[in-house]
Amino acid sequence: MRKKEKLFHYILGIGDNSLILGHRLSEWCGHGPALEIDMALSNIALDLLGQTRSYFQYAATLGIAQFETEDDVAYLRDARNFKNVLLVEQPNDDFAHTIVRQFLFDAYHYLFLEKLRESKDKTLRAIAEKSIKEVAYHFRFSSQWVIRLGDGTEESHQRMQTALDNLWRYRHEAMEMTDLEKEMAEKGIGVNLEELKQAYNQKIGEVLVEATLNVVNLDTWTQKGGKEGKHSEHLGFILAELQWMQRTYPNMQW
Amino acid sequence: MNKKNWPLWEVFIRSKQGLSHKHVGSLHATDEEMAIENARDVYTRRSEGVSIWVVESKNITASNPEENGELFEPAQDKIYRHPTFYELPNELKHI
Repeated sequence: MRKKEKLFHYILGIGDNSLILGHRLSEWCGHGPALEIDMALSNIALDLLGQTRSYFQYAATLGIAQFETEDDVAYLRDARNFKNVLLVEQPNDDFAHTIVRQFLFDAYHYLFLEKLRESKDKTLRAIAEKSIKEVAYHFRFSSQWVIRLGDGTEESHQRMQTALDNLWRYRHEAMEMTDLEKEMAEKGIGVNLEELKQAYNQKIGEVLVEATLNVVNLDTWTQKGGKEGKHSEHLGFILAELQWMQRTYPNMQW
Repeated sequence: MNKKNWPLWEVFIRSKQGLSHKHVGSLHATDEEMAIENARDVYTRRSEGVSIWVVESKNITASNPEENGELFEPAQDKIYRHPTFYELPNELKHI
């Protein structure tokens, strides 16, 4: 792989997480449990979409064939070429699953951006600098809901515990490094993700304790695959909706 | 707490330093913290403010509209209370 291609794929690995999670959250638009929550989730979705645009606009400047604009990057790839982690493509299910998914990702996202701010690549550095304030708020929002619902009523606690049981196996995938990520980290462009794990466990641990949620009996096994393009069946449905217009009417503008 | 509806909160936003907080609307939330976050998400998405106050609506005591006559009408014919007899320099703002 040429140098620029490597950077291209590395950027997609970051941007795809924001794109797919943002899309998932946008599915709540008009369906939130309260008007205020509906807007909060839509705001977060828009933050993530904005970040995705920054990453994809940058990726589109690298001169990779077929990918000349941000839209090409978003709309003209198949599931196998998406590099997002499995966590972000998991279905919304109930509000508990949505919040736990958000919480598990936000904690990682924040720590990741904190390090990306030190990247030798000045565009990535700038995007991280801008995004980290948004993500600090995302984490605040999701962690407070984890506490509120986890330490809430019997039903809310049970739903949160179930969501945590279901999503726990996906939490570390983001920090399991691929060869490309290792190489980019060595060059000082990418982030050494392994180093985030301890801080991550601590960051989510503090909140989960306060939320009275139990992780002791959960399987510590990590489900991987998303970063290599091996996705769950959910991603195909997301892409079908996301890409339908461009696939059906190529180069359509509106 | 009412099980069906979250309590109502009134939201006050300061649009910039030096100005006072102004009532912008209301929203529902279960506690202070959620009220601040909801206010941030509902009322400041277009950079409307630099500071938020929330107060639970039940804590506000309002004047009774039926008493408007005795409360406010007596002031209407006391124009000498208005500082309209002074020339104000153009540089003065927010008065």
